[in-house]
Amino acid sequence: MRPPCDPSKFIAEAVKSIPPSGIRRFFDLVSGLEDIISLGVGEPDFITPWHIREMCIHSLEKGQTSYTSNSGLPELRDELAKTYYRRYGLDYNPASEVLITTGVSEALDIAVRAVVNPGDEVIVVQPSYVAYVPSVVLAGGKPVIVSTHRNDEFSLTAEALKPAITSKTKAIILNFPNNPTGAIMEQEGMEDIADLVVENDLFVISDEVYECLTYEGRHVPFSSLEGMKDRTVMLNGFSKAYAMTGLRLGFAMGAPDIIHSMMMIHQYSMLCAPITAQIGAIEALRNGKGEMERMVREYDRRRHFVVKGFNSIGLECFNPKGAFYAFPYIGDTGLSSSDFAERLLNEKKVVTIPGDVFGEAGEGFLRCAYAASLDDLKKAIDRMGDFVDGLKQ
Amino acid sequence: MDEIIRHILEILENDARTSPEEIATLTGTSAQEISQTIAKLEETGVIRHYKTIVDWDLVGENYVYAVIELKVTLERNQGYQAIAERIYKFPEVRSVRLLSGNYDISLTVRGKSMKDVAFFVAEKIATLDQIQSTSTHFVLKTYKEDGVILHEPESITRLPISF
Repeated sequence: MRPPCDPSKFIAEAVKSIPPSGIRRFFDLVSGLEDIISLGVGEPDFITPWHIREMCIHSLEKGQTSYTSNSGLPELRDELAKTYYRRYGLDYNPASEVLITTGVSEALDIAVRAVVNPGDEVIVVQPSYVAYVPSVVLAGGKPVIVSTHRNDEFSLTAEALKPAITSKTKAIILNFPNNPTGAIMEQEGMEDIADLVVENDLFVISDEVYECLTYEGRHVPFSSLEGMKDRTVMLNGFSKAYAMTGLRLGFAMGAPDIIHSMMMIHQYSMLCAPITAQIGAIEALRNGKGEMERMVREYDRRRHFVVKGFNSIGLECFNPKGAFYAFPYIGDTGLSSSDFAERLLNEKKVVTIPGDVFGEAGEGFLRCAYAASLDDLKKAIDRMGDFVDGLKQ
Repeated sequence: MDEIIRHILEILENDARTSPEEIATLTGTSAQEISQTIAKLEETGVIRHYKTIVDWDLVGENYVYAVIELKVTLERNQGYQAIAERIYKFPEVRSVRLLSGNYDISLTVRGKSMKDVAFFVAEKIATLDQIQSTSTHFVLKTYKEDGVILHEPESITRLPISF
């Protein structure tokens, strides 16, 4: 008889070194409860606009279920190139500088793998989306954390970035508008970052998936700054702007060498993004502006509502100018982020995400998604107000 | 268009009962400013009317609706406007539209029974001098009215937690 074995010994070291998600426990807690209001989501509460869904359905009826070119449908890359030229004057060649991916998640993974050698340091600005550090780790790189702060409205400053740069620094991952804080960056601050990038010969991976959800001021792609186009790969997607999360469609735009290298990984791991989603994305770019702007205005109203709401119940909340998250400060209650979130869930059935899930700099804060109906947001703020009052007694 | 005005109109078109205070919160302005803007929008006729969409079936008032197509003969010195005015003054008539195509005017009429509607059309509309012919189509079911879908919304389930 052959001896039994412990399969865990086969697991690669890099995977083992990824810390477990701090949120697992919350999934288990939530699953047993009823009458829950969730501000814990990272996706729109809108359904994909019907004209986009209808186009996807039509394509399926016609039998468009084949592979596409590795880089993505040429029509979609053309539309993207036109869109970014129109919006920002950015001139990307659709044949060589645009790659369609399976969500921004895949684009992030292959962008990091395309540029990081083992031992390279990659600067990750936190609080930020949970995938950046693991992506760097899996590519054999070393994540170096730079924190943003409430006093700067969670915008990245050159002063904070500078000390983290060493001779081993290869790249920096930026995410503005930011998940979880809702922070954006003003052009002035970005120019300072760009100077440091040139001075230290760095590459920039800029996740701009919340681009269209900018409520005050105008979004500035990092690649649109002078001299930054070839040093930056812009990652973006359709999930947030067009409420297409489950269709999994993203894209990357950058210099031909970078996009080609990413495509090399993509063609052997993903082959191509799903064709149905690509067809929906073409429709979104061609005819989706009105619906998208309507959703953005709706988020904007909810944003005003929740920010005022949090401040009125004693949770100080800075004004987030992008994404669909508010990031109220709960440090004054004496509870840690995770204790606050867990008790709030158990006692008032409101789901929020503790800020420290997004990095240590998020400790003392809660991520509250306002991608929920106004009725639910009202109830959530009322319940949270009761909870905060209860803590004071 | 002013962004605040667009917000106000979208909010009120969706729920006319939203108070100026609530609209102020949703737009980051003051209730006074909102009240003044709404007053101006009412004055200038941008906001025409506030109304309620009622499902009368649920209280046992089973109204019958019909769409009536009218072919019209225009008389000297009288345009469509004059005919429309004659017709829209009947309270039974819920909407009046001038259309392109095979017929000229489309009405929506509401009555208590099919007989009620048929008599109304025969006696009050068909007998008008300018009406050449009428064609009555009774409404069997309304799926969507004025942008509102009249049945249970599609329910989707999202994960309660995602990043």
